[in-house]
Amino acid sequence: MKAEPVYAPPPVIEPGHTFQTVTEQIAGIVLTRRHPYSWFFGLFVGFMGSMMLLMAVTWLLIKGTGIWGVNIPIGWGFAIINFVWWIGIGHAGTLISAILLLLKQDWRTSINRFAEAMTLFAVVCAGLFPLIHTGRPWLAAYWLLPYPNTMGIWPQFRSPLIWDVFAVSTYLTVSLLFWYVGLVPDLATLRDRAKSLPIRRLFGVLSLGWRGAARHWERYEEAYLLLAGLSTPLVLSVHTVVSFDFTIGIIPGWHSTIFPPYFVAGAIYAGFAMVLTLAVPLRVLYHLEDFLTMRHLENMGKVMLVTGLIVGYGYVFEAFFAWYSSNTYEQYMIYNRMFGPYWAFYWALILCNIVMPQLLWKKSIRTSPAMLFFISMFVNVGMWLERFEIVVTSLHRDFLPSSWGWYWPTRWDIMTFFGTIGLFVMLFFLFIRVLPMISIFEMRTMVPAAKVKGGKAH
Amino acid sequence: MDASIKSRLAGSHGRVYWRSLGELADTPEFREYLHREFPEQASEWNDPKGRRQFLKLMSASLALAGVGACTKQPTEEIVPYVRQPEDLVPGRPLFFASAIPFSGVAQPVLVESHMGHPTKIEGNPEHQASLGATDTFTQAAILGLYDPDRARAITNRGEIKPWGLFLSAMLSAGSQQKGRQGGGLRFLSGPITSPSMAEVMASVLAAFPQAKWHQYDPTSSDGARAAALAEGAAGDPIYHFDKADVVVTLDADFLSCGAGSVRYQKDFATQRRITEERKEMSRLYAIESTPTLTGAKADHRLAMKASEIEGFGRQLAGAVGAPAPAGPSSGATDPASVIGKWVAAISKDLQAHRGRSLVIAGDYQPASVHTLARSINQALGNVGSTVTYGPSVEAGPTDHAASLADLVRAMDAGQVEVLVMLGGLNPVYSAPVDLKFADKLKKVNLSVYHGLYVDETAFLCQWNVPEAHPLESWGDARSFDGTVTITQPLIAPLYDGHSAVEVLTTFTSQPDRRGNAILKDHWTRAFAGGPWTIRSADGQPFKNFDAFWRRALHDGFIRGTAIADGGPATPLSVIAAVPAAGAPAPTTPQAATPPVTPPPATTTAPQPAAAGAQGGLELIFRPDPTVWDGRFSNNGWLQELPKPLTKVTWDATAWVSPQLARERSLEDGDVIELKYRGNTARMPIFRVPGHPQQSVTVFFGYGRQKAGNVGNAPKNAEAFNAFLLRTSDAPWFGNGLEIAKTGERYPLAVTQEHHLMEGRAPVRVATLEEYRKDPKIIEEQGETPPRTLTMYPEYKYEGYKWGMAIDIGSCTGCSACTIACVAENNIPIVGKEEVARGREMHWIRVDHYFAGNDDDNSVEAYHQPVPCMQCENAPCELVCPVAATTHSSEGLNDMVYNRCVGTRYCSNNCPYKVRRFNFLLYQDWDTQSLYPMRNPDVSVRSRGVMEKCTYCVQRINQARIDAKREDRGIRDGEVLTACQQVCPSDAIVFGNLNDPNSQVSKLKLQERNYGVLEDLNTRPRTTYLAVLRNPNPELEPASRSTTEH
Repeated sequence: MKAEPVYAPPPVIEPGHTFQTVTEQIAGIVLTRRHPYSWFFGLFVGFMGSMMLLMAVTWLLIKGTGIWGVNIPIGWGFAIINFVWWIGIGHAGTLISAILLLLKQDWRTSINRFAEAMTLFAVVCAGLFPLIHTGRPWLAAYWLLPYPNTMGIWPQFRSPLIWDVFAVSTYLTVSLLFWYVGLVPDLATLRDRAKSLPIRRLFGVLSLGWRGAARHWERYEEAYLLLAGLSTPLVLSVHTVVSFDFTIGIIPGWHSTIFPPYFVAGAIYAGFAMVLTLAVPLRVLYHLEDFLTMRHLENMGKVMLVTGLIVGYGYVFEAFFAWYSSNTYEQYMIYNRMFGPYWAFYWALILCNIVMPQLLWKKSIRTSPAMLFFISMFVNVGMWLERFEIVVTSLHRDFLPSSWGWYWPTRWDIMTFFGTIGLFVMLFFLFIRVLPMISIFEMRTMVPAAKVKGGKAH
Repeated sequence: MDASIKSRLAGSHGRVYWRSLGELADTPEFREYLHREFPEQASEWNDPKGRRQFLKLMSASLALAGVGACTKQPTEEIVPYVRQPEDLVPGRPLFFASAIPFSGVAQPVLVESHMGHPTKIEGNPEHQASLGATDTFTQAAILGLYDPDRARAITNRGEIKPWGLFLSAMLSAGSQQKGRQGGGLRFLSGPITSPSMAEVMASVLAAFPQAKWHQYDPTSSDGARAAALAEGAAGDPIYHFDKADVVVTLDADFLSCGAGSVRYQKDFATQRRITEERKEMSRLYAIESTPTLTGAKADHRLAMKASEIEGFGRQLAGAVGAPAPAGPSSGATDPASVIGKWVAAISKDLQAHRGRSLVIAGDYQPASVHTLARSINQALGNVGSTVTYGPSVEAGPTDHAASLADLVRAMDAGQVEVLVMLGGLNPVYSAPVDLKFADKLKKVNLSVYHGLYVDETAFLCQWNVPEAHPLESWGDARSFDGTVTITQPLIAPLYDGHSAVEVLTTFTSQPDRRGNAILKDHWTRAFAGGPWTIRSADGQPFKNFDAFWRRALHDGFIRGTAIADGGPATPLSVIAAVPAAGAPAPTTPQAATPPVTPPPATTTAPQPAAAGAQGGLELIFRPDPTVWDGRFSNNGWLQELPKPLTKVTWDATAWVSPQLARERSLEDGDVIELKYRGNTARMPIFRVPGHPQQSVTVFFGYGRQKAGNVGNAPKNAEAFNAFLLRTSDAPWFGNGLEIAKTGERYPLAVTQEHHLMEGRAPVRVATLEEYRKDPKIIEEQGETPPRTLTMYPEYKYEGYKWGMAIDIGSCTGCSACTIACVAENNIPIVGKEEVARGREMHWIRVDHYFAGNDDDNSVEAYHQPVPCMQCENAPCELVCPVAATTHSSEGLNDMVYNRCVGTRYCSNNCPYKVRRFNFLLYQDWDTQSLYPMRNPDVSVRSRGVMEKCTYCVQRINQARIDAKREDRGIRDGEVLTACQQVCPSDAIVFGNLNDPNSQVSKLKLQERNYGVLEDLNTRPRTTYLAVLRNPNPELEPASRSTTEH
């Protein structure tokens, strides 16, 4: 037996780093003039996608919702699927930042910054959909908000869509604050290291006068902890509220009490998959293997496995309760999902979300970046398919056989969806160019030297 | 401050005030500015020339705006139905009694007119042929009036000409023909029941003894006509379903086809409605080929080839002891065979109900079947009770196929110099293909076409005269029961339209008479002395003509002219003018004998029933249930109305049985090529359970090329034209059809794809026997949760509490409610692509379910009209984020269009899926001619807004205003929803649930009342009365077998 404690995890930063190397390597990505061509390529792809989104949304505003494939009975299509998908993806960031912070999981420091950025961008993409999917977005933009008006009309507070408005906007606000507060010390570092005056000025303004004084650090720690405490319930509440969009409805396949936990687990699942999707290529492109170590990847794989199993539990029990309830509509709904016209989507979903992640039981796969990337892509697709199942297959055959219908997306649906992916990519590439994608000051605390000194290394 | 200002200041004397440096500088710009300080054009007032110009322009544009906004009132006197014109209150509609002819036969209507715009058609409740209801075609006539594609101007070879030029052209043609006694003059029209037009026709034929009048209507029943002509003066049957306990149809679709279907539906439904008082219902056996709505309503339906119907009829005649006319026998009855069993059971049932039974022959069966039906009815003693035979309401009835063939022969021989086609017949499209009408038309020197559209025939004719819509013209026509019904204009002709009689009158000695003069003149003389017995409602003769005429216009019809009241056949003769002495009508009829014989009574030889090549499949022709023979092709309401039984919109399909489709491995929408007697056509197929296995049914009305923007067939559908296959020797069915799969697929826009109930019992059914034994049987088919499931106290409705009950036992699925709702509520047409996407906008749809096995020929079919359920616990209300749909204090589930932002959550959450969303801008905002059609009481919805059935809240509010003004409550029956008002079966009843004596409250107390999906605890306000069937125990379950081999 060795003397080391058995639980001692592998380090979250590769050996050989000092405060300076950490700072230089991470800040250097932002402050250098030279950037890899892959960055330009990525930005270009994202930009083109965003332009496609702009076109699709413009045409939507000109012509109306009818350019999409939605109809009666399937009143919600790609827009709501994408909304829930993006919101789900947006969960990992806050989870990593807040909950793992409170749980003192120090490995989170390498990934929390870009995971939070990802959250913000995902919520931006998500937030677009509830607005543009309405028939009259120019009115929906403010009529869903409770504001005093001469007509004395308030929103319908019993409607889950109103809860959505609050949940998502709160989440966006808190996530933004959390992200920004966490950025302040790093912005100061960049200010100090920048060579050109305008950039120094810019970062100077953004760093809000941060000088690294002890009082600053004290207040920062306090604020950050408070925000983490504030965000933690949000992680659970946002997707719970989003799941209410469905559970409050009476449609078989929607009206289910299992949705809130199952949605939250699914969101974390999707979020971690997206973090992995971003982290694996990033660490290679920017040579961040030292900071984004195998331990990080493996941990994320483990989280995916756990949440994936919860999601799988949800699927099993959805089917079980349909049978157990002996409710003919529920039973038909499950049967129709499995063997109806959209059967291929269901089985693809099972493959992506249940079968493929089982590979993560194996350590060699959990520690293979390529395999993790591969599996995370499956999960990304699978989680999208899950929302497709919930939205479309529940609606397309509900109660009265006479009003059963079909849904197929149009090119505008697809353009809007890939457009938001483009927007996300563009925002993300801009982010890694202008802000440190890994928290410099927190990484510095991971350097062995910080530990040697014993206390906090600020 | 430049030098010029200084110099100006220097040059002034005394004090100078200036308001600005600009004024000081006195630049031209500043002066211009001062002028323009006032509204634009104001300075023109100072300039006499400019002012005159300005005023001219202003008044012209104001006048033009006026022209655009208003429509001319007709100059002739029309009498409102209920309220006097001086009561015309802006915002309040007036109702005028009129008639919309269909194939010449009047459909009596009341037309709602808002400030001179007709907006809605209702049935005439006092008229025996309507009793307040109409069919779909009559409902849709309002769109036909405002159709922007209508023919707009008189043209000669495409050039616009004034009426005067047309008149002189006709006069000169007439004078040329005069010398030859009219030998080269031919008229072609549909059947004429109008006494005034028949008289004009008679006078034209008198003036041109050699001229001929041909009649053709592609969908009228030559079989029935031939059988009637063979009987002499009293050959036309009128059925009385209110007296019939057992009805047997021989391929007859009396519920949805034919001039009397509206009244027949009403009587039939009455005879089958089980209420607290009535415990008996009639029984219907349908022996038919193509599945029809009548077959769907039958207690027993037997499918067989159309050519086998006659054989069945003979066996039935034999079984009831009726003399069967000579003809091919279908062999001895094998009592053990399926047919034998049916014949035995039906004949036993018929004989048990002598005098209270009825056998009806189908319009599309040959004369021999009609003769058989008459013979059976006579043997059973039904004549005089359930069926009466009387004279024809058509003037000069003749065999249409022969009449048209006669004309084409003459055209081919070059004998036709002048051909006048009246009433939008469009024979180029609809004539039997072997006549080659289009080719022969080229041999006519002078062809005149009179119709609503510039259609296929109009394109080949020299003169086109736009037809005035029935809502624009004066006229008369007889309804199916013989009542003379007056057509009065609601609006001056929108375009340069003339009625058929006005065109015809150009060949008389008094050309250029207007419709009003012709009509009034006719009835002035007929009042003085004619074949009619004109009496007022109390049976007394009228004091003078004016009293009579006002009454006739007010009522919309002339009492005492029905066949049942002794009305004569429509005379094809001229009534001699009586010296005006103000004398009451003399008792001796003074009808002059016709100076000429009516058009040659063409041969009434029985049609060759199943002529043509043997072998192959049987081809059956049918008019399309919504666009008929193509005459409604350009009517978007009818195009978008889901066709009964298939729910296909916008297209024709060839119906095949599921078995045949399996044999030939065909799927719905597969395009097949139909080869029949050397002609070919193509059509997408549709599988219809209960269709005879070795037959294919094709429908007329599609493949139009010159119908208009709505009706023109797209390139890939031009061959979907059943007329391409129809030959004159076998107009309705024949053997020898070959079909071949082309491998092409054609997208069909279907509004309902699933026709099985999946064990969910949206339609609850029981047999009369079961229901009598245990009325709970209906309730047990579903589950009603207790009312204690909610924490909230129940809302107390203090005033009105609206509700609806729909008797699906009465509903025939005719879909008139859907069209009525479209007309009343300004519902847009969305077009085929949008329907295919699932975005039709109908607020009330008619669901259709098949029960039983697909392979079974006697499948049961049910129809269920589904408007908004106005749920008490409405799932839509709580999910709307902006509270755009809320519950009213009278229980309505109100939709606030202004507030709606279009999340569509309400529709997703509606278990009945009755909400409709404006995915695109469906409402036509551009076509000016459609503006006056819209109901001003109902908002026109724009893009992005949800809408749904409102229980016609505008009608409720109107009644509320009336009631408040008279300080009383709204009476039961005062508010009729549009669907309720039009329903020929009285299946829909609306009213106040707080009034225990209202009709709807009473219906809801019946034990067969149930709510659809009640188990969801939505507590729907629209409930249904279950279907009760009355099967013959002898045929149950044997009825579920087939005669096919």
